[in-house]
Parts: sequence; structure tokens; C-alpha cells
Amino acid sequence: MSETNGNGVVKGTFRVKSGHAEMLKGGVIMDVVTPEHARIAEEAGACAVMALERVPADIRKEGGVARMSDPALIKSIMDAVTIPVMAKCRIGHTVEAQILQALGVDYVDESEVLTPADEEYHIDKWAFTVPFVCGCRDLGEALRRIAEGAAMIRTKGEAGTGNIVEATRHLRAVNRSIRRLAGMSYAELVHEAKELGAPVELLAECQRLGRLPVVTFVAGGIATPADAAWMMQLGADGIFVGSGIFKSEDPLKRAKAIVAATTYYDKPEILAEVSAGLGQPMRGLELRSIPQEELLAGRGW
Amino acid sequence: MGAPLIGVLALQGAFREHQRALEACGASTRLVRLPEDLEGLDGLVIPGGESTTMIALMRRMGLLEPVREAVERGLPTLGTCAGMIVLARRITDGLPDQESLAALDITVRRNGYGRQVDSFETELEVRDLEGGPFPGVFIRAPLVLDPGNAQVLASHQGRPVAVRQGRVMALAFHPELSGDLRLHREFLELVEGARAA
Repeated sequence: MSETNGNGVVKGTFRVKSGHAEMLKGGVIMDVVTPEHARIAEEAGACAVMALERVPADIRKEGGVARMSDPALIKSIMDAVTIPVMAKCRIGHTVEAQILQALGVDYVDESEVLTPADEEYHIDKWAFTVPFVCGCRDLGEALRRIAEGAAMIRTKGEAGTGNIVEATRHLRAVNRSIRRLAGMSYAELVHEAKELGAPVELLAECQRLGRLPVVTFVAGGIATPADAAWMMQLGADGIFVGSGIFKSEDPLKRAKAIVAATTYYDKPEILAEVSAGLGQPMRGLELRSIPQEELLAGRGW
Repeated sequence: MGAPLIGVLALQGAFREHQRALEACGASTRLVRLPEDLEGLDGLVIPGGESTTMIALMRRMGLLEPVREAVERGLPTLGTCAGMIVLARRITDGLPDQESLAALDITVRRNGYGRQVDSFETELEVRDLEGGPFPGVFIRAPLVLDPGNAQVLASHQGRPVAVRQGRVMALAFHPELSGDLRLHREFLELVEGARAA
């Protein structure tokens, strides 16, 4: 929702919401659970941090209902750094999002990593001044979120696993569906819209642009500089790293390396240099070892 | 003379939008990520993004000194938003040891207009710019506390938002997101002037 004051100043327009995501491009957004983590992330060159109580690997391990983090914790992280601070609310939980907006966070992530609060509807994101980022596994899901007002998309991957395979799958799925649109007539687009469950106007925009109409990051399973560079080579605009940094042996060193790898994703010599001597990465999980009902990416629709 | 070659610092941020805007104005462009990418440029754009990220990468990749030297030697340079911070001589509310190129005699406060919920659009009157007001898109923009010796080209609510000093121009807002090419053309005129000199 945009607000106009008497001096010809308009806040909360889609241009400033999606424009903020444009400024994050080519960057790494890191999950942090303490102000100290946030300062390490900032020093390493993160373009933003995601403030939360537990990284996805711990949410997965501990189980139970995962909710929005304590506002006091989020505030302490906002006070600790000068870079943008994002925070997560549960899918469909409008009030958690209202609280995060009132706190002044720079982006709200309506996230499948938390336990969904509504199994039918996502949040009406047009009603907010703060911009939203939402997850997707495919083009239809991405466009439904954009239709609801998301100003930024991230592919879901499988959070807290340190396993890149689902991130690869989801980013490839989005890219493949967009490539399919090339050359379709409008009637074919209408049919495709029905098949994908997405608004035809947004499909037509994807066809025209050859990409999603908003900035598209990847998330869920990035644990090494090579993972980050791989996602950038597949066409991602930037990277979310959740558990991959602060569940590793030397977070600062690894964080710096992932930042450099995201910028120099097509320079293997630099990637070789920054990947050397980082210590142990997070241990990670084989996807097949996770029971179907514990997969996070299936949350959201 | 052929089309000018403009480097766009491409470490992080909205560098592609600048590249597109410059090419739409007839310039050639090159993404700058390593010191050797500075060779033979007629101008340089430092885009919006996170200034701390850009400076950390410039320092790590040995790019800070070569860029500083190039700008000092008179390479026409345009900085927008974070780019303005990177160019500023004095930064308040930055990291304690936040370095910059110190190429513009201005004092800026990072995120001086507030957080993202305070990001805004407004129309700006830019000095000597024909064709009416310019659409100003401000995103977690830096606030110019003191323009020092720089010439003020535009102001918003009494604070400078566009400045120029010699061959360096800096804007607190994002012309690359506005769809209006006039300020990119203005910068390219400055580049042409420097090439003719």
C-alpha cells in the first residue's frame, strides 16, 4: 500500500519495494541469530541479513511450531548493523507481518521455513508498505506470489539441509517454464496460465522479459562458495545462505568466500582461491533421508 | 570519436540497469570487477547496492586503490545512492572503519532518510535540466549533511540530492530505475567534455 503525504512524497510504491530488491542483486543475504552474527555477516560483505531465532537446520532438528522471532531479538539485530535487516513471518500470518512492519524491518520473508498459519491463503502483500519476499518451487507458484504483491522471489530449495539439489531443481524449473513461453501465442498463454494456476498478464510479462518480473534469489541448501557460484551461473540474481555459514567451522572466512564467489561466479581461478582452506562446511543431509512430511518446500501453494 | 566506453562497477547492486540506460543513450559499456577492467575507460558508474559490500570486495580484490587513482586522475564518474557513499569524503553512521574513495567533498549519512518503509518517490527540480521535473526514486537513500565544495544540482526538502564536483557527479536517488535517461545523458555530456579536453 502506498502512502502520499502533502509534499508530493509517495512511500511504499511497488517501484521502491521491487527497487530495493534490485539493490540486493549480486549479493548474499545471510541468516543470523544474534547481533554478533549480524556483525560478522556485515563485515564479510553480506548485502542484508535475515534475523531469526534459529537457523533452519535447528528448526528442522528441534521440530515443534516455528513462529516469527521475538521482536526484541530482531530489534537488537537491527541496532547492530547498518545493512538491511529482513525477518520471517509464517505463511498467511498477516499479524506477524504487521508486527514486523511496525518494527521497521526492511523486508518480510513469508517463509515455508516457519510453520504455516493458513493452508489456503498467503498474505495480501499489497496492503503493506514494507516489501515481501516469497519462496517458490516453480513458475506458477512464483507468479501467484507476485500477484499477491511479493516484490522479490526466492526459489525454495530445501532449507537446513546444506544440500544444493533442491535449489538446483527449483531454479531450473522456473527457468525451463519461462523458456517454454517464448513463441507462444496469446491463446496459448491463456492455456498455460490455466495449467500453471497463474495470472495470464504476469505470464505475458515473463514472456516479454524472458525472466520473472521481479528480482529472483535462490535459497535452501547453499553451503559452499561453489554452490553460490553454481546458482549464479544458472541465472540467479543473488543468494540466501541460511544454516550454511553459522553451522560451519569458520563462519567469517566462509561468509567472505561465499560473498566473493557470488560476484566472481564465472571466474574459476578466483573461485579456487576463495574456496581453499575454509574448514568444515555444515554437515548436511541427504534428501532421501528426510521423511516426506518433514520437507519444508512443500509448504505454501 | 566513437561511442564512449563507460565502465560500470559490477561487484554488487543494480549495475545492469545502469548498463542498459547507458547503452540506450548510445554509449558502450563494460562491467568492472577487476583492476584490469579499468583500462581505457572514458567514464565510470558506481551503482546503487550496499556500500559496505562494495567496499569490502573492492578492498579484497585490490580494486580500491586503482579506482581511487583513476577518479583522481580525472576519470568522469557517476555515483548513485551507495555509489554516492563510496565517493563521499565523510560518512557518518557507516561502519567504524568504513573506507571510501573520498573523491567528493561531501558528508553523507547512510540510510539518512530512514529504513525501507521510508523509501519514497518524489519529483525533483534539477538545475539546468530541460524537460520538466525528474522522477526521484529514493531507496534507503543517503542524506547529504554537507555538500562541502560540491555544486548542488538538486535538493529535496532543503537537502542536496544531486551534486557535482569537477568530473564527479553523485545522486542520492536512482535514475536507472526511473525510466528517464536525462541524467545519464547529462553524465555522458560530461564524459564527452573530458574526452575533448
